[in-house]
Amino acid sequence: MDELVTMTYSEAVREALAIAMERDERVFIMGEDVGTYGGAFGVTGDLIHRLGEDRVRDTTISELGIVGLGVGAAMTGMRPIVEIQFSDFTAQAMDQIANQAAKIHFMLGGAVNVPLVIRAPGGSGTGAAAQHSQSLEAWFAHIPGLKVVMPATADDAKGLLLSAIDDPNPVIVIEHKLLYKTSGEVRPGDTRVPIGVAEVRRTGGDLTIVATGVEVSRSLEAAEILAAEGIEATVVDPRTLKPLDTETIIAEVIKTGRVLLVQEAVKTLGFMSEVAAVLSETEAFVHLRAPIKRLAGLDIPIPYAPQLERAAVPQVDDIVAAARTLVQEW
Amino acid sequence: MPETSATIQLLSPEGRLVENAANEELHALVRELDEGQLRRFHRDMAVTRRFDVEAANLQRQGQMGLWVPSFGQEAAQVGSAYARRQQDHVFPSYREHAVALVNGIDLVDIIELLRGNTHGGWDPKQHNNFHLYTLVIGSQALHAHGYAMGIGLDGAHGSGDVERDEAVIVYFGDGATSQGDVSEAFVFAASYNSPQVFFLQNNHWAISVPVERQSRTPLYLRSTGFGIPAMQIDGNDVLASWAATRQSMDAARTGQGPRFIEALTYRIGAHTSSDDPTKYRDGADVDAWRAKDPIARFETYLRGLGTEESFFEEVREEADAIAADARRRTMEMVGPPASVIFDHVYTDPHPLMAEQKAWLERYEASYGENA
Ligand SMILES: Cc1ncc(C[n+]2csc(CCOP(=O)(O)OP(=O)(O)O)c2C)c(N)n1
Ligand SMILES: [Mg+2]
Repeated sequence: MDELVTMTYSEAVREALAIAMERDERVFIMGEDVGTYGGAFGVTGDLIHRLGEDRVRDTTISELGIVGLGVGAAMTGMRPIVEIQFSDFTAQAMDQIANQAAKIHFMLGGAVNVPLVIRAPGGSGTGAAAQHSQSLEAWFAHIPGLKVVMPATADDAKGLLLSAIDDPNPVIVIEHKLLYKTSGEVRPGDTRVPIGVAEVRRTGGDLTIVATGVEVSRSLEAAEILAAEGIEATVVDPRTLKPLDTETIIAEVIKTGRVLLVQEAVKTLGFMSEVAAVLSETEAFVHLRAPIKRLAGLDIPIPYAPQLERAAVPQVDDIVAAARTLVQEW
Repeated sequence: MPETSATIQLLSPEGRLVENAANEELHALVRELDEGQLRRFHRDMAVTRRFDVEAANLQRQGQMGLWVPSFGQEAAQVGSAYARRQQDHVFPSYREHAVALVNGIDLVDIIELLRGNTHGGWDPKQHNNFHLYTLVIGSQALHAHGYAMGIGLDGAHGSGDVERDEAVIVYFGDGATSQGDVSEAFVFAASYNSPQVFFLQNNHWAISVPVERQSRTPLYLRSTGFGIPAMQIDGNDVLASWAATRQSMDAARTGQGPRFIEALTYRIGAHTSSDDPTKYRDGADVDAWRAKDPIARFETYLRGLGTEESFFEEVREEADAIAADARRRTMEMVGPPASVIFDHVYTDPHPLMAEQKAWLERYEASYGENA
């Protein structure tokens, strides 16, 4: 196997974009400030210079328009990748996402595909306040017809995106603003991460932590702190929220009998509520020796002030404390 | 996008009055302004610019996560802001610091907002109905229309008495013109003949995207197809900005329907402190617009009217003092306690908020014991 390359999460996304575009003429990128500027978070970088402005298209400010054009282009044989500058603004585009992209294949009896990829940075922690910091993945996972992936590492950011581009269904890729600058080892070349396969990132016998997005690295950090106290945690990263790899999650929970579910999104009806429901409906339930524990964002808009923003979503300390309680009390 | 033959200008970049058939009516309005008002135009533009520079420095020194500069757009803002009447409502975007100042906002409240110490910054009811900054592009165009519809339902416009009839002004940028909200607001406003003025500051950029990407034709032509009369003005000319807005607001309030103003101006600074404009535009353009500076031109004009140096000196001193005061108060600011995060999620007590608040307090107390 070729040697791994260390790069940032955002470089990994860019590499996937470049590989897909170089390989397939139908692939193009659209979004606000994705061209000369290289993207609000620098993700598209120099792609406009490498691939030209026809294929890296700066758009007007119209999220509904951008996604709608993407749906049309996808239906007629292109492979559009649209960037929504902040995932919060998928709200503007929701008709095209939920009523169009998600349903066209079904409503046209399978005659037309919508191979559209929507990349959208989500999450808090950058001081961007209530309308630029939400974690909205559950919205999309709730819509039949959409696939939803949430890469937590650089290699997954690249591999899941390459899989998403090839997927004949609309795929929402929720990236995380805080992860863009983090580095990781990435497999070189056209390497995929399959959609629908979870990854066990660490194994330990005392409890199983299931975490998504930015909470994956926080959970791994928490697991090291817990290990120093003699508590060993397994950490599972679903990577794809829909379709969900329930098999891996159930198997890993059965092994330890304790489960802590960690998400950044607000708690009520979040993605982990679904995971909790899956665990309580399946054989995992009879292996549990403790109640299922969810650790999630508070049910509030993300506050602007940095110290309040931190308090609103699970941090490493919070994961350590919740895991410790779970193991000590049960 | 350069000026067109339709661009209305009362004051040239050199500070000389421009008189022609197209601007005659506006000149007539301006002639009614007294010297004190002209001086206030200058004072508010100069104070905002000085404050803007200070705030940008405070941001660089780590006092705010983000600063949004208004540098270069002072004339469009100050002129239009003074054109409102007491009974009107103002819906800003997020760069309208000069409009805020004219409407009685303590500029330090904007710093407070951008530090995250408050979520909204001010109470519009206590600040001349100057509504909150809107960050989601284009939304406020619809909010403004919602209020304008309410004026219609109240029968609070159309009597012909400009001191009583109400109107609404909404500010937005060239980038926002592409957002559906703005076109939808045009449709509603025209359909309901609402007392609403759309005030576009075409500062030529939407972050890195030039206005040419938003529109191939001058933007002032946009609204006429919707049935809304429009005017394109030199937005760096405070007199044109005041007179065009005064005329449009009075037309709207007296029942003649909505109006649209495109003010041509330029974002001299970065989009925000997070932006580096050298990545996407060259200095020549910026220099050309610096030569059309709104404050310098009006200062020249005032001097021509006989305004003494001592006035400009006083304004400089006042602006410096306001900037120094802003710095001092910013350094003294204390952040809000964590307990406030549940406030105002709902208007009334909510069981989930109570539960999570209690949880957070217990949780933080447990740290206190361990610490
Ligand atoms: C709905 C929405 N999409 C994207 C953004 C990100 N964004 C913030 S400012 C901006 C550019 C706005 O340009 P313009 O309307 O010309 O106003 P200006 O900043 O020039 O005053 C963009 C795209 C946003 N805030 N809201
Ligand atoms: Mg603009």
